[in-house]
Order: sequence, then C-alpha cells, then structure tokens
Amino acid sequence: MTAATLRHLLGTRDLSCERAESIFETADAFLEVTRRPIKKVPTLRGKTVINLFFEASTRTRTSFELAGKRLGADVVNMSLSSSSTSKGETLRDTVATLDAMHPDVIVVRHNASGAAHYLAERTRAAVVNAGDGMHEHPTQALLDAFSIRGKRGSLKGLKIAICGDIAHSRVARSNALLFPTLGAEVRLAGPRTLLPRFVDALGCKSYDRLEPAIEGADVVMMLRIQQERLGGASFSTLREYSRVFGLTVDRLNLAAPDALVMHPGPMNRGVEIADDVADCDRSLVLDQVEAGVAIRMAVLYMTAAEAGADLHAT
Amino acid sequence: MVENVRGIDPSRDFDVVCDVVIEGGTITHVGPGAGAEYRNADAAKVVDGTGKWLLPAFVDMHAHLREPGHEYKEDISTGLAAAAAGGYAHICVMPNTNPVNDTRAVTDMMKQRAREIGGVALHPIAAITKGQKGKQLTEMAELREAGAVAVSDDGVCVMNSAVMRKALEYAKNFDMPVIQHAEDHDLTEGADMNEGAVSTQLGLRGWPRVAEDIIIARDILLTEYVGARYHAAHISTRGAVRILREAKNRGIDVTCEVTPHHLLLTDSSVIGYDTFCKVNPPIREAEDVAALQEALADGTIDAIATDHAPHSPLEKDCEFSAASPGMMGLELCFGLLLQLTEGPLKVSRLVDALSTRPAKIVGLEVPSLKEGAIAELTLVDPNTPWVPEQSDLETKSRNSPFMKRQLKGRIEMTIAGGNIVFERQPDNGKAKESE
Repeated sequence: MTAATLRHLLGTRDLSCERAESIFETADAFLEVTRRPIKKVPTLRGKTVINLFFEASTRTRTSFELAGKRLGADVVNMSLSSSSTSKGETLRDTVATLDAMHPDVIVVRHNASGAAHYLAERTRAAVVNAGDGMHEHPTQALLDAFSIRGKRGSLKGLKIAICGDIAHSRVARSNALLFPTLGAEVRLAGPRTLLPRFVDALGCKSYDRLEPAIEGADVVMMLRIQQERLGGASFSTLREYSRVFGLTVDRLNLAAPDALVMHPGPMNRGVEIADDVADCDRSLVLDQVEAGVAIRMAVLYMTAAEAGADLHAT
Repeated sequence: MVENVRGIDPSRDFDVVCDVVIEGGTITHVGPGAGAEYRNADAAKVVDGTGKWLLPAFVDMHAHLREPGHEYKEDISTGLAAAAAGGYAHICVMPNTNPVNDTRAVTDMMKQRAREIGGVALHPIAAITKGQKGKQLTEMAELREAGAVAVSDDGVCVMNSAVMRKALEYAKNFDMPVIQHAEDHDLTEGADMNEGAVSTQLGLRGWPRVAEDIIIARDILLTEYVGARYHAAHISTRGAVRILREAKNRGIDVTCEVTPHHLLLTDSSVIGYDTFCKVNPPIREAEDVAALQEALADGTIDAIATDHAPHSPLEKDCEFSAASPGMMGLELCFGLLLQLTEGPLKVSRLVDALSTRPAKIVGLEVPSLKEGAIAELTLVDPNTPWVPEQSDLETKSRNSPFMKRQLKGRIEMTIAGGNIVFERQPDNGKAKESE
C-alpha cells in the first residue's frame, strides 16, 4: 500500500478533502482486516506506539490500542495525571523522556487545549491528538464521517445536525470543521448556555432549539451531556434538558425519513437520547465504534510511515 | 550637560532644541545655547544630543519585581536595572509577592533593598486587603508612612462591593488612590484568553470583555458615591474606554492606564497557543486596540504602565492553560510605543502618559525639564531600530512575544534622582548587527 502519509494528526481544521479521503480509503482496507478471523497484519511490526492519556478514557484508549496491535505495532499505554498541583513532572519533561525512547507515534489525550500541538513541537515522533481540552478530537470526527460515508457513499450535500453541549465539546468542534470540508452542511444546536457565545466562528448555522436543526436533516448526532456540569448554571435539571433538548422519536420524525442517528458515546440514555432512539435501526452508534478501530489503524499507519521516513532522513 | 537636544516636557508645553545643564544633580540651565560656557569646563561631561530627545524620565505605576518570594523570575536589583535601561526613574511595584505586601514589614523591606541598590526609585503599592483576599482592609496609614503610594489587590479583583466601598473611603483618608484589577472572577473562571472567535476556534475558555466593564462601571458608581480616587489598572476593552470617558466627562476622580501589549496586539496572536501572549486581562480584538489607541491619544487613558511581569521558562514552556499570565516589558515599552506617534498620538502625549500623568496619579514629584528641578531625565534616540533578542537585557526573564520584533526608539541614558543610572555604551549589546 502506498497511501499518503501524515506527519501528525492534530485536528481536522487543516485537513483537506483529498487527505481525508485518503484516510478513508486506507480505513476501508483495515475495516476488512478487523472483520477477519485473524485480525492482524504486520504493517507496523517493529514500530512503537505510545498511548499517552492524561484523562480517564476507556473507549478511545482501547480503540487506539486495538488499532495499534492489529497493525503489529508495540503499544504501550500510559495513564498520567495532568493535575498541575500534583507533584508530577512537567509536560515538557514527559515529552522529552518519551522522545528519548524513540517511539514512532505518540497518541495523546490531555485536558488542556493545545496540548497535542505542544507535544508535536517537541518530539520527533508523530503525534495523534486523541482529544485536547475543548479543542479537537480529530479521529472521532474522521470515524463519524467514515460511518456516514459507509451508509451514504459520501457526505456531499448532506444536512447534519449536531446537538447538545457544543461549547465544551471537542467532538462538535472537530466535526463542525471536517464535515463542511467534505461537502456537508452542519447545523449546531443546543441551549444558548451550551453554545459558544461566538459560535459563528465555527462557520456553521446554529440554533437554540433542536427542532429547526433536525428538520429535514440526513444525520442527527447527539452529544453526551457531561454530568459534572450539572449543578452549574449551564442548564437547569436533567429532566428539563431531556424534555427540551433530548432526541425523542417525535423529534427524530422531523428529520429526513431515513435519517441516521449518531452518538460518540458513552450515552446517557434517557437524557440526551431516548432509549428507543438509541436502539433503533437507523442508529449508527455501534458502526461508529467499529469504524473507530479502522480509522485509527489508518491514522497510525499513515503517521508511523511518516515518522519512519523522518528518522531515516535525519 | 546635554547639548543640542530636542527637549520635550509636556508638563509645561515645552518642545525646543536646546542645551540642558545639570550641576550637582539639579537642572541649572535650559535653553538654546545655554550650555555654551560649560562646554569646555574641565569637569563637564558633555553629551551630544544631536538628533536625540531629552524627556522627563518615565514613571511606571505598574510592575512586578517578584521580590520577595519569586526571585528566580526577577528581583529588585535586576528589576531596577531593567527599569533604568527602559528610561524609568520611578517604578511602582505591585504587592503580589510572597509574602504579600500587606504589612509595613514587607513595604519596609522593599524600600530598604531598593535604597541599598540605588538608582531608580522604588515605590511599593500595598495590598488593599490582607493577603489580597478581599475581606479585611490593610493598615493603610502605616503602609503610607512606610512609603506605599497606592493600594491594589493586583491580579485579584475586590469583588465584594461593600469591601470596595470601604477601601475607597479608607484609602482616601490617607490620600492614596485605589488601583483595581477589574475582573469579575465569576465571569472568568478558568479563562485563558479573550472570549471571541479565536477562543472558540482554539477551544480555550474565554474571558469576556463584560467581566472588566462590569467592575469598572460598579467602581465608578462607588467612587462617585463616596468621593474617592479610583484608578483602573491595565484596561483592555472598548467598553472600559467608553465607561471611563463618560465618567471623566462627568467630573468623577477616576484615572486609568494601558499596557503596550494591549495597545499593539490582538487575540489572533494567541493562535498556535503562544503562551508569551497569555496575559491578564487578555489581549483583545482590533476594535479594542483601536479604541485604546484613540483614548491614549485624546488623554482619556492617563498613563502607560508596563505591567512588567517576568516569568521563567518554567511558567511559559507548558500547555497554554497551565501557563502563568504576564509578559515582561520595562525595557521594550518605549521602543514599542514610539511607532504609535506616526498616527494620531502626539509625542508630547506619549511622554505625558509615560511620565507626567502617572507621577501625578501616585503623588510623586513630576519629573520636569525645568531649571531648579532635580534631574530626572531620559535621553532617547528616536531613530535607531533595534531587536530585543540581539540586545543585552537587564531583566532576568525573556517572556515577551516582542523579542523578535524590530523596535524603534532606544533609551540612551537615564538620570534618576540627579544621578546617571543608565548609560548605553557604544559597544553595548549587538545593536550594530540589527542596523
């Protein structure tokens, strides 16, 4: 395979349509691998991938771990605290230490926006952003787009509603940047308290109610409500939130007849998404999980190839 | 003696090419040809001022010298040296040291250290409340006696309106202005930069303009009500400009300051997560910069303050949200701001904002280019371009986004308290390389 390579994957902002498509084509091949009885190819044998997670994560970390292992890479998981008050070492020292071990790819999740950029400037390894603060989560956006593409062939001309806590969501941000690049129209919806005050900077239409955003939409993506925001002033009660901003069958009926339902998980059933909607046959939730491994295999493959080339060059 | 120099003194509308003679630390003669008889005197030090400007020395009413407590970032010795190199004869230092300057012992210690070092005069600004906690007022009478010139809980806003009212009243009792760091902390919790399009794109928590405007508006109402003296530190928003302009028009005793970075930078400079551009209050947007520049030119903004905030790489080479806010600025201020005089800002207003007005606000003898005054003068070369990175800097820190920028206007000599406290050596630094 002579796929295009990636130096880093820090966000979807700078990803071109062609580059995204080359990731999807690579993922197509790996999706087939993940469905085989023997789910392993030797593509990244001898390469090292470090999963550097400063935030608790089960799903994303497992997905990256499986992706690396199915490509034959050596995968190391590191879970660290990002609390600056704990007597931990600085991010600068952590990066320098890891870099000295010559990893090919560092997958990083951190609660500070820009943390992946910070790493990328300080290591020879390729850096894959697995979520930085409220900034970006590019592999999630890629797997979302890949899932839609799997059902519809392309995102061109699709209307996609993204609903929920837009302000604090790196998933919403990465999707809002990627989907229009692929030809889709994005509508952002949520209570005004959970929309960025300057939401127009994301270049999408925004709504303070679900109904107009969902109306005629081809895809409805619900975002997870962070329970830890409860009790603040961002929204009143779970009950009211689910009543006004939850995806119910009635609301879904406003969308296009065959509209797809998505959720990055983990779901709060009965809060942002009704039980019956979550399990309906138009739900892509499990397709998204499957796509996640394939997309991450593609990203690791393309970045590790570049990292290797870099090392040979220097 | 400085001969053939353009002397500018906004405190008396003076702008003349002249000679200035200083004897025993006092200005004795000012005027064209005034130095003729001194030129050949054996003991005379004659400085050729051709093409240069002689200004009343600058007064910085807002700086952080980090001593006591954070000497790895800066100390009084390096801070005063940086001030001298920046053209300052007086520097007011904020109380957010460790321990906080909320007692006479700390104020005394700062004054004592500065006296031992000599050169630029240091004037402590004491805390408004014990530990900057916003509850109990400090012993302002005693702090005043010890040499404090104003009170401020810098970095921490006095949020409680009742405490702020009492602070204004009590400080007025001892003829000190209350300097407010105007930030509604509830509105800025976790904030890293200006709330706007850029923060939305970067996923950084926003510090909305209204958090500053609300406090300044409230404080003006309190000031008017109790009849006190209020000074808004480092204003950053067009709203603050509008509110302060209106208050001044109504005759309320309020003043304000602005920093070079708020006058020059917009929040797009944060793109790329440049921690050197993280300051508090944050760098705003183009409309704010335009409003601040206009307000400086028309005098609505009284003073230019550096908010010199040195930090070590430890506080800046890290993820953006973990970085400490602030940038150093004493040595770069004049070189950054002189370019603004190519616009509506008059040179005399610039000098007024750097020297005359801040001196008045904190109650210091106003440096002046007049016969009989103690010599507190700054000689500048307004034409030579220079780049900070290629120069020797006195400050311990290098945290400024302006390090690579070409500046225009260099301090050649600073005279404070009648003594030369800084003189640029011809071979000092690598200035030649930048030419």
